[in-house]
Amino acid sequence: MRDTVLASLRDDFADTAKASIDRGALLLAVDPQEVIATATRLRRDYGFDLLLDVTAVDWPGRPLRFDVVWHFYSTTQRVRARMTTAVAEASPDVATLTGLYGSAGFMERECHDMYGIRFAGNADLRPILLYEGFVGHPLRKDYAKEHEQPLVPYRDER
Amino acid sequence: MSATIPITPVMAKGVHATRPSRSAAFEYLTTKKDELVGWGRKFSIFPYPFVTACCAMEFMAVSSTPYDTDRFGAALPRFSPRQSDLLMVVGTITHKQAPILLKVYEQMCEPKWVMAFGACATSGGFYQNYATLLGIDRIMPVDVYVPGCPPRPETVIDGIMQLQDRIARQRHPIVNDAF
Repeated sequence: MRDTVLASLRDDFADTAKASIDRGALLLAVDPQEVIATATRLRRDYGFDLLLDVTAVDWPGRPLRFDVVWHFYSTTQRVRARMTTAVAEASPDVATLTGLYGSAGFMERECHDMYGIRFAGNADLRPILLYEGFVGHPLRKDYAKEHEQPLVPYRDER
Repeated sequence: MSATIPITPVMAKGVHATRPSRSAAFEYLTTKKDELVGWGRKFSIFPYPFVTACCAMEFMAVSSTPYDTDRFGAALPRFSPRQSDLLMVVGTITHKQAPILLKVYEQMCEPKWVMAFGACATSGGFYQNYATLLGIDRIMPVDVYVPGCPPRPETVIDGIMQLQDRIARQRHPIVNDAF
């Protein structure tokens, strides 16, 4: 049942995206300018009513360094979809999905914290897990793992 | 007096027990002020549980009936730092949390002690990343470290007993440099 739903979804989205079935989920690789249109289609026409996650993948050395990844779930059809788009380090800009999913707001803030992806249209990209004054994006591969930015001076430094 | 009165003194039973006696023990007690105050303080530890992570489960286990820190006078958590003597830092402290922890510590009145409960509070545990403070002793003095991830309740009780020994041994100035 799930496989037939996924196969028909893959065929339906073949016109706008590189659609495939990957690990039991629909995988859509889209261009950055297609993000809103594809997500709107998923939500309005195919019943993907739950946005599960917004995250990113860092590929150091690749010209388009970051993959931004959205996970969707359809509670009616019980299938999952994953949408990815590649952006460059110099301009890591994608459109926000806060107009479609309220939950996108916090998850985009976290993604902005950790990877520095800029979600155009999200008015509130303040740090959510990090703190004010934190420099850099800790889940990028070039952020040294032992690099600390303490808010309290250490005792031996006072 | 013609009437014969028995002259043998007859005392009601138990009179000696109720009447203050000069020969009874513990009329006076000689000790040192530090030992007396330390003895009092070591059995009246009021902990402030600063609980941030999974070690909290072990803290609950050690506080409740089977292990019962009340046996050591350290059962009643005070949820205001101003009423507590012992800051129990239970769990991972992040750099974002560190200013809050330090503020809590500074709000506590003297005398005060700090217990680092578990591997994370002691040393950062298995974390070494952008988020985690690698041991609370980087920002405040720590009196007793309790190892374990999480610590066994017996380990925590051992830590409390070591802290009691420390309190009993240390000086208890009436006026100190912080007052």
